[in-house]
Amino acid sequence: MLKQIEGSQAVAQTVALSRPEVICAYPISPQTHIVEGLGELVKSGALAPCEFINVESEFAAMSVAIGSSAAGARTYTATASQGLLFMAEAVYNASGLGLPIVMTVANRAIGAPINIWNDHSDSMSQRDCGWIQLFAAHNQEAADLHIQAFKLAEELSMPVMVCMDGFILTHAVERVDIPAQTEVDAFLPPYEPRQVLDVNEPVSIGAMVGPEAFMEVRYLAHAKQLMALERIPQIAAEFAERFGRTTGGLVRGYRCQDADTIVVALGSVIGTLKDTVDELRDDGLRIGVLGIHSFRPFPLAAVRAALEHAKRVVVLEKSFSVGLGGVVSTDVRLALSGLGLQGYPVVAGLGGRAITKASLARMLREAVADQLQPLTFLDLDWRIVNRQLEREAATRRSGPIAENLLRDVGTVASKVS
Amino acid sequence: MLQIRIHGRGGQGVVTAAELLSVAAFEQGRHAQAFPSFGSERTGAPVVAFCRIDDREIRLREPILAPDVLIVQDPTLLHQVDVFQGLKPDGYVLINSRRSFDQLGLGEVARQFRHERLTTVPATEIALKHLGRPLPNAVLLGGFAALSGLVSLDAVAHAIRGRFSSKLADGNIAAATEAFEFVRQEMEELAEMKEAAHAQAD
Repeated sequence: MLKQIEGSQAVAQTVALSRPEVICAYPISPQTHIVEGLGELVKSGALAPCEFINVESEFAAMSVAIGSSAAGARTYTATASQGLLFMAEAVYNASGLGLPIVMTVANRAIGAPINIWNDHSDSMSQRDCGWIQLFAAHNQEAADLHIQAFKLAEELSMPVMVCMDGFILTHAVERVDIPAQTEVDAFLPPYEPRQVLDVNEPVSIGAMVGPEAFMEVRYLAHAKQLMALERIPQIAAEFAERFGRTTGGLVRGYRCQDADTIVVALGSVIGTLKDTVDELRDDGLRIGVLGIHSFRPFPLAAVRAALEHAKRVVVLEKSFSVGLGGVVSTDVRLALSGLGLQGYPVVAGLGGRAITKASLARMLREAVADQLQPLTFLDLDWRIVNRQLEREAATRRSGPIAENLLRDVGTVASKVS
Repeated sequence: MLQIRIHGRGGQGVVTAAELLSVAAFEQGRHAQAFPSFGSERTGAPVVAFCRIDDREIRLREPILAPDVLIVQDPTLLHQVDVFQGLKPDGYVLINSRRSFDQLGLGEVARQFRHERLTTVPATEIALKHLGRPLPNAVLLGGFAALSGLVSLDAVAHAIRGRFSSKLADGNIAAATEAFEFVRQEMEELAEMKEAAHAQAD
């Protein structure tokens, strides 16, 4: 049913349609509306049987999720930012144990300085944790990916993170088609665990493994992610057949066929990029967009196949590896090994900096002319950066960086955006 | 694509107004996207919310920098925030005030835009009368329907009905309807004045 609905509520309703049996979460912006919505559905009895467990921290949330998943319950949680970092130890345990928990990450920056706005630093910090990481470009996809995620997670017995841009998607009210319960039930069978804590058939989950088998356990996790590379597009195709729309999959291209220049991106900025690309196409530029929807497993072959006929690739990312540059760019570069394509990492939108069509168009025209720097920071305010560098060069006691920069920027209350 | 920017203060229902507008547009079969300016919300702090309406899927995710419509829920913002920033030359402006643009000190600004698309409505007073609380958000949407004709009063009322409990919805709909009538009358008077001016010129 088509609804004009907040992204968080669309996700809450779709998660509910996936019939989770245990939900445990700790509130943190911008994820809070999702679990609040689910809490109401559990309390009203609309989602039953389901136990909603209040916990004292994100670390506890993931620990409870591990316990309930090991006991055979379909389990869901959600978090963001510092919350994801706080649960990190348990995040690794969930994947190491092969427990098919589904978690929404409402992507948000990581402090310090404290910042509640969107970028991809949080989920990128966990990219090597062994979870599958799927990225939503819009709210329809965010909702749909949760149904696909439970199916994928339970088939492989691996946890899945569904990443959606905090605020930009979670707090946007737009049109989302929420499926009927019967449709979801037909697509997503009841959870049949591969391993379960059962007093009648006792097993240990999480035994210590020494050097004799640890590498093999790790390799098996990798083998499962390779299987996921096969299953993700199949599940997306099954979903498209049943629900009549294409969401998910490994990568999806837009106007890439004859493109000399292709911009690679994750998440909600893909929409703004499509509009920008349409305008640049009208001006005769042969340019396209490649959205990556599965970041782990990283679809090396699909990315290579989509990009190999282009002349240059721009990777626009909301993540940044301090001391190196792009995070996604590094993986894309690996996919393009030996092709000799011109590659331009562009870091944008950190801590909620708006990514505008005008800035993207300007940057992409420079890319097409091969005038971009080896590493670009979109709309970086060099004025305040240089002032701070000068201060530090001039005085030892130059003071806290964040305070200094805020003073240089002046009041933001009078600005519209 | 129609782009609407709503300015107000934390606690005045700025975000709700953008959502209601998007629901009204959705009810009329259109695509709509509403979203707040994200921040640490505090009562009384300047807040901005946005709404885009189009006949096809809306993919753009940037804040609205060049609005077609400006709704100002709190006139005390006028000298604190540059609310007119980026407004298109043929844009609509609706301000919550009992005073006119000239009385608000906006005469100079107003002359840069089409005067039949600029108006004020005492939304807080109307809200107090019908709701007993100074909540101008839904009221202004009624005024906006009359000013622009871009959404219908029925669609606004329907969106209000879907959002609030029945008593609160009744009050808001009555208030939105009064604002609609108020602005419609203003528009008619303006049109008559224009006609009279033409007649005199003839």
